[in-house]
Amino acid sequence: MNFNPKHILGIKDLSAAEIHFILDSAASFKEINSRQIKKVPTLRGKTIVNLFFEASTRTRTSFEIAGKRLSADTINISASSSSVVKGETLEDTAKNIEAMHPDIIVMRHSASGACDYLAQRLKCSVINAGDGTHEHPSQALLDVFTIRQHKEKIEGLTVTIAGDVTHSRVVRSNIYCLTKLGAKVRVAGPRTMLPPGLEKLGCEVYTDLREAIRDVDCIMMLRIQRERQGKTLIPSLREYARFYGLNPENIKLAKPDVIVLHPGPMNRGVEISSQVADGPHNVILDQVENGVAVRMALLYLVSGGEPLQQN
Amino acid sequence: MKILVINGHLIDPKNNIDGQSDLLIDQGRVAAVGTGLNADDAEIIDAAGLLVTPGLIDIHVHLRDPGLEYKEDIISGTRAAAAGGVTSLACMPNTKPVIDSAPIVEYIINKARRHGSANVYPVAAISQAMKGDVLSEMGELKAAGCVAFSDDGVPVVSGELMRRAFEYADTFGAPIISHAEDLSLVGEGCMNEGEVATELGLKGIPWVAEDAATARDIMLAEFTNSRLHVAHVSTRGSVELIRQAKARGVKVTCEATPHHFTLTDEAVRGYNTNAKMNPPLRRQADVDAVRVGLADGTIDAIATDHAPHHYDEKNVEFAVALNGIVGLETLLPLTMNLVRDGIISRQQAIALMTCQPAAIIGIDRGSLEVGAAADITLIDPELEWTLVANELKSKSKNTPFGGWTMRGAAIRTLLAGRTVYQR
Repeated sequence: MNFNPKHILGIKDLSAAEIHFILDSAASFKEINSRQIKKVPTLRGKTIVNLFFEASTRTRTSFEIAGKRLSADTINISASSSSVVKGETLEDTAKNIEAMHPDIIVMRHSASGACDYLAQRLKCSVINAGDGTHEHPSQALLDVFTIRQHKEKIEGLTVTIAGDVTHSRVVRSNIYCLTKLGAKVRVAGPRTMLPPGLEKLGCEVYTDLREAIRDVDCIMMLRIQRERQGKTLIPSLREYARFYGLNPENIKLAKPDVIVLHPGPMNRGVEISSQVADGPHNVILDQVENGVAVRMALLYLVSGGEPLQQN
Repeated sequence: MKILVINGHLIDPKNNIDGQSDLLIDQGRVAAVGTGLNADDAEIIDAAGLLVTPGLIDIHVHLRDPGLEYKEDIISGTRAAAAGGVTSLACMPNTKPVIDSAPIVEYIINKARRHGSANVYPVAAISQAMKGDVLSEMGELKAAGCVAFSDDGVPVVSGELMRRAFEYADTFGAPIISHAEDLSLVGEGCMNEGEVATELGLKGIPWVAEDAATARDIMLAEFTNSRLHVAHVSTRGSVELIRQAKARGVKVTCEATPHHFTLTDEAVRGYNTNAKMNPPLRRQADVDAVRVGLADGTIDAIATDHAPHHYDEKNVEFAVALNGIVGLETLLPLTMNLVRDGIISRQQAIALMTCQPAAIIGIDRGSLEVGAAADITLIDPELEWTLVANELKSKSKNTPFGGWTMRGAAIRTLLAGRTVYQR
């Protein structure tokens, strides 16, 4: 099989075979990151623009490193330094960048659907680095890659995603990704943070974290987005931590070999206690490491790369 | 100048006429109705195969004039109306400046009389500048010619102000039109709350935001014994609240839009900004309830909420796109779909677009008895045509029905005997 999508806009559009193909490609790239010379000429001469309309350290850096290790020229544009503040439309901003002939635009935007919007209007490839509260495909792929690394397979696993579902862009992508690969997904949080119809996406919905993590293989804690929080969804971080924080006590309800993921940045003592975040179950830094490999694979595949030879 | 309309099928619900009949127009008024009419000196309009109805009446239109003429103006908006078979319309006050003073009411009426292709009846603001603080000068506005009061698009938050608005408007014999929406429940919502919004990652507007506000305004109308008209009813709960209120004698009427009885929130998929409106497109259960409400008489009128917006205001990210779609030119075919679907009779459909909305805003239109103004629409209820957005008469092209095959069209529209549109 070969898979060279024009864009990566979301996991919803991908088949299980395509997801596996991306993960396998990422596995080949991962090795490069531990070499002495961490650079291959694969995308030499390609230009990648990281167009970030929202603050992001992890994702942007990860895409930038991924591009550089493939020898592409990567340029970062952040909204604060762009003409958006001068009232330019998204379409005009993007078309101006496109006029300089980049090969790929990697975009993060606060509006759900912004990447779909751009992909319909541009000739270059678009990779969604997070659009509003819609999708964040590269995050889901690196999560699943990390789970596969530790559990060897995805099929048959039970994965709980817990926390502020309503503000999360990671949840949808992960539900699609995990269920397409045969995992069972549980989603947990207070009802104020669970948008209606979640179960239609293919998951089970829980309001009791302890019930939700009982006997599961993986737990993915979502960040409480302090900057996005209205005043009405939870009364206090203190109470949230008590009922929805993952700690050394409640984690015992999960399988003994449970792994704990977090897309970061973590709020220690809120959704995850330091004992768990630094404890034996955590694979959080593996996620970050794998993120580079997964993004190298995405950049490579949308550039029309041939199937990689394992070396 | 006499005009004789022959061979048509006349539907005049107010006078319970539904059959073959001729109609004679003299000096802009209906001069005679009956079979075998003769007038040697009259221009003959052969309406064979067509319905001859009172000119359609749309009591919820945004003409955007004054101040927002880049979207629409009185000339283009009434031209779109005529093309849709609409001869009378009520225009909403969220213009720039807001319709909250007599000179603006007079400006609109005069411009429409001089340059328009339809009768225009301004709806004035409930509160000054639609800010929700102080009542507008309702007495003077009514004297200048406005037909109702509404802060359409910006619901009156204060229960006290709304109570006084009911009482004060009733003093001058005008109804309050409620845009029923609890803004605190809407928040930053931009489409109906439900599984489609969840999947698209868009903030939802729950149905209870409409129901709770409808309930409040019904209770205030009941308490003040005043007339309430609820605009663009879109939820099952609102329809039921109004049904119950009517049963216990509350003076409440309501309208529904063609898009709310035609489309569901599924139309938003793909982040289609032409499916973004307020109230939002709802679930199938709501669409069904609106259809039942039209059938059983709970809903009194079909009104379009014609809301023209410029291309630039729709060609943006979904969350920041403006609410609303144009509707004047799709009112007729979408309503005739209800007849074809067996929801309402043909006579009911015409009543919902003529005499019933006329009664709500208290205008002397919407029927064809002798002496009435000869506002007449000739309709081919089965004519098939494809909607091409750029061919709409409206200045704005924001419709979710582009490319749809429509059935039913106005063939000729007469305003006081003058042909203002011919297909």
